[in-house]
Amino acid sequence: MLVLVTYDVRTLEDGGKRRLRRVARACEDYGQRVQFSVFEIEVDPAQWAKLKARLEGIIEPAHDSLRYYYLGANWTRRVEHVGAKPATDLNGPLII
Amino acid sequence: MKKLLNTVYVTTEGAALKKDGENLVAEVEGAEKARVPLHMLASVVAFGPILISPALIGICAERGITIALLDRIGRFQARIEGPVSGNVLLRRAQYRVADAAEDIVRSIVMGKVANQRAVIRRSLRDYGGEMPAAAREALEAASDRMAMILRRVQLTDATVDEMRGSEGEAANLYFAGFDHLIRSPDAELRWTQRSRRPPLDPINALLSFLYTLLTHDCRSACEAVGLDPAVGFLHRDRPGRPSLALDLMEELRAPLADRLALSLVNRRQLRAADFRQMEGGAVLLTDDARKLVLTAWQERKKEERLHPFLAEKAPFGLVPYLQAQMLARHLRGDIDAYPPWFWS
Repeated sequence: MLVLVTYDVRTLEDGGKRRLRRVARACEDYGQRVQFSVFEIEVDPAQWAKLKARLEGIIEPAHDSLRYYYLGANWTRRVEHVGAKPATDLNGPLII
Repeated sequence: MKKLLNTVYVTTEGAALKKDGENLVAEVEGAEKARVPLHMLASVVAFGPILISPALIGICAERGITIALLDRIGRFQARIEGPVSGNVLLRRAQYRVADAAEDIVRSIVMGKVANQRAVIRRSLRDYGGEMPAAAREALEAASDRMAMILRRVQLTDATVDEMRGSEGEAANLYFAGFDHLIRSPDAELRWTQRSRRPPLDPINALLSFLYTLLTHDCRSACEAVGLDPAVGFLHRDRPGRPSLALDLMEELRAPLADRLALSLVNRRQLRAADFRQMEGGAVLLTDDARKLVLTAWQERKKEERLHPFLAEKAPFGLVPYLQAQMLARHLRGDIDAYPPWFWS
């Protein structure tokens, strides 16, 4: 399934920047960055449970927020890209 | 059902593959060309001088992602694999059965001959009307003979060697008619006979390349379900030969590789200019043509077909894996016979 993860991490006080980096890192491990704080993540339910726990362990609920958009398994018809930096299709042929 | 995981093919000379967190990152001249999370990958295939970092090799071994190293023209060189997976009891069963494997060999040979025949029938159905009468008759005759061979294999208690003979007979019939299946007007793109190591004409070069890709997938499938790829039933054991992977591949050669080769040539996606001749007579795909074939191969693997035994839709690319699983189930005694995969 595809999950869209977006986040807001407050970086004003100490440790904010570190949390931001760690959240980005966790998302990067599982998916692809499509915009600055937006990730498309294709995972199975077990992998998603792991990532979700990891993300929620990093953030400070009083200041930061995470939003998950569940796009299901048939997500290809539900996503459209316009403009610069199109995402790579990780299920398509990967030839470098 | 298992998800069809992707394969990364690296053909750019001097590219470097690295691990970054849980990602494979491919760099060409210092610039990042691709970043793929490892959980979406089943294997990495590198052509020629490609740099692979030790950290990436380590994590691939740990995750069961196989790395295959081919030389620039696509010949197999080496393979990096993690610890042997699977169950020792399954392997023991495989070794025991390997000495008396008539039933499995019968299934494999039947699958192979039926699928070769299906490729011929398919061409007759689609283009039979436009073929010269002689070609059509030759193909019809070959198809009838193959049907007889199929019945013979199915009904008699043939020994493994006799079935190997039947398989060879069917292969001769199939390749004797192969030229009639090629519709490209290019004079160079004709078929005379199978040649390999090295392939001596463009069609053979294309077939050899596709067979290498298919062997890789079949071998990975054996490893993934815990079978020993070196101990085959139809193919005799020989040091260094992935006999079981080759067994598994027999049913799939015609529908997956041969059909794709014919489509690429008949749709004129590949022409005589896409091949070059080396000194000594070997014929190879050019770099651009190889990329085109790899793309077509990956696309083909995503096409879905009904699996005749499981009665479930599965992408072509999963078929080697499903067949390996079926074989494992049969060896464990869960199903009575190994059901071949019939293409229709």
